[in-house]
Amino acid sequence: MSIDHATVARVAQLARIRVAPEQREGLAAELSGILAWIEQLQAVDTDGVEPMASVVDRLLPERADVVSDGGIPEKVLANAPEAAHGYFVVPKVVE
Amino acid sequence: MSAITDLSLAAMAAGLKARQFSAVEVAQAHIDAIARARHLNAFILETPEKALAMAAASDARLARGEGGALEGVPLGIKDLFCTEGVQTTAGSKILEGFVPPYESTVTANLWRAGAVMLGKLNMDEFAMGSANITSAYGNVENPWRRRGDNRPLVPGGSSGGSAAAVAARIVAGATGTDTGGSIRQPASLTGIVGIKPTYGRCSRWGIVAFASSLDQAGPMGRTVEDAAILLRAMAGHDPKDSTSVDLPVPDYAAALTGEVRGLKIGIPKEYRLDGMAPEIEALWRQGIDWLKAAGAEIRDISLPHTRHSLPTYYIIAPAEASSNLARYDGVRYGLRVAGDSLDALYEATRAAGFGAEVKRRVLIGTYVLSAGYYDAYYLKAQKIRSLILKDFTDAFREVDAILAPTAPSAAFAIGEKMDDPVTMYLNDVFTVPANLAGLPGISVPAGLTGDGLPLGLQVIGRPFDEATLFRAAHVIERAAGSFKPC
Repeated sequence: MSIDHATVARVAQLARIRVAPEQREGLAAELSGILAWIEQLQAVDTDGVEPMASVVDRLLPERADVVSDGGIPEKVLANAPEAAHGYFVVPKVVE
Repeated sequence: MSAITDLSLAAMAAGLKARQFSAVEVAQAHIDAIARARHLNAFILETPEKALAMAAASDARLARGEGGALEGVPLGIKDLFCTEGVQTTAGSKILEGFVPPYESTVTANLWRAGAVMLGKLNMDEFAMGSANITSAYGNVENPWRRRGDNRPLVPGGSSGGSAAAVAARIVAGATGTDTGGSIRQPASLTGIVGIKPTYGRCSRWGIVAFASSLDQAGPMGRTVEDAAILLRAMAGHDPKDSTSVDLPVPDYAAALTGEVRGLKIGIPKEYRLDGMAPEIEALWRQGIDWLKAAGAEIRDISLPHTRHSLPTYYIIAPAEASSNLARYDGVRYGLRVAGDSLDALYEATRAAGFGAEVKRRVLIGTYVLSAGYYDAYYLKAQKIRSLILKDFTDAFREVDAILAPTAPSAAFAIGEKMDDPVTMYLNDVFTVPANLAGLPGISVPAGLTGDGLPLGLQVIGRPFDEATLFRAAHVIERAAGSFKPC
């Protein structure tokens, strides 16, 4: 599987990472190299094999559905690049 | 008496308990040693005032006849562990200046046992790397050099700062994390001991996430006993990590009996790679002979899907990373680069904040999870992961532990093995299978190359059977001796 410039641009947009047009060629070559190497897996017979999502062979624990944290807005906002009136500040998203 | 910094962690803890020296003296000796070893660039942030304050508190507890198992013992913490009030960067520019308002469970456990923090150790950015050359805070240097060659060598990665600091005797021990070999490979390249525990043994809460189904914290120390003492303090159930397992933590140091008679050790034929360095092959054979001489039974085993581990890992780990690293958006913490719109802000922030290797992996991960490719890549990899685990499960019906090399080579110089990303990925060929299967693996120094560089052997075990790993590694350590950089 070879990745072209347009695919790099599309994936970069999905990942929200700006990639300058002049960087696309180098990245396309690198990513194609990695994918070509990964391609060998297609030859492995996995018919009837269950996909594994976790190695922990037990059910996730349950706990009481009660509030166990919170009430710490100052701590939550302490590392914000910009905060005001108890909120994170971002560029205008609604016209 | 030899320098305090030369003592093993076990001897240091015993000396502190016996009041042969104070915790403040021990902390100061290490602070001075760190200052003399700055060329290694092992630390991203030194915290000498904090170390001295914690040491003074330890001295007060020791004076009252109190204190935990690590009372007054000074440690370095990989900069992937969130430390309350102390900058935590994950080796990335995107987290520069981030000061966590909470403490990771593993470090909280260490402080509760009395340990003292010397600072935050350098690492590959977001733990992505095998040479500690992707950190936004500069490369880490290995304290070892080749005989007759003064070129600086890499310490391995991603826990390269931890490995270099332990080997250089500027910390008594360190924390690391291991997603595909990031504790064991640098341990091998610097002549120290490192163990990746079973997935679920240590809480991941408060550790900056890379690939959540693979990440596991573990200790790095100069001796097997030191690593055993540290792991006991780090491990344990934590309700804040739903994958942390509620099983008692044994006294691992008590397992170091020197006794492996009757222990069945498997030798996987698939780990014998074409073109394997003769020195690695010879070291492996030597390890087999040592264990055999100590009474272990050696069995040939087969792990047929092992050769698919690396490409499987390079689908699963980037996929999980692309999801985990979505949180770095320039809004809630870390770097922000302005943009006209929210999307432009995200894109500019992430372009400026992530380094080349992190971008590569996030892009690969995004690609393999994207519509139309998910089944062909991600689902396929998850199925092969099942097969890799099944190989190990089958093998552990016949053997108690598996012996293999840790890394395919000794430490290398910057510029070597760096032709393309895949060449660098091959460093983890022997370590990745244990991560995919969730199994514990330990690297123990076992010998030196012809030009004087350390090499490690790896013991892989059953889930939650770290005690057997320590026991077998201890026998190898006693046969091999210890190794110290000049």
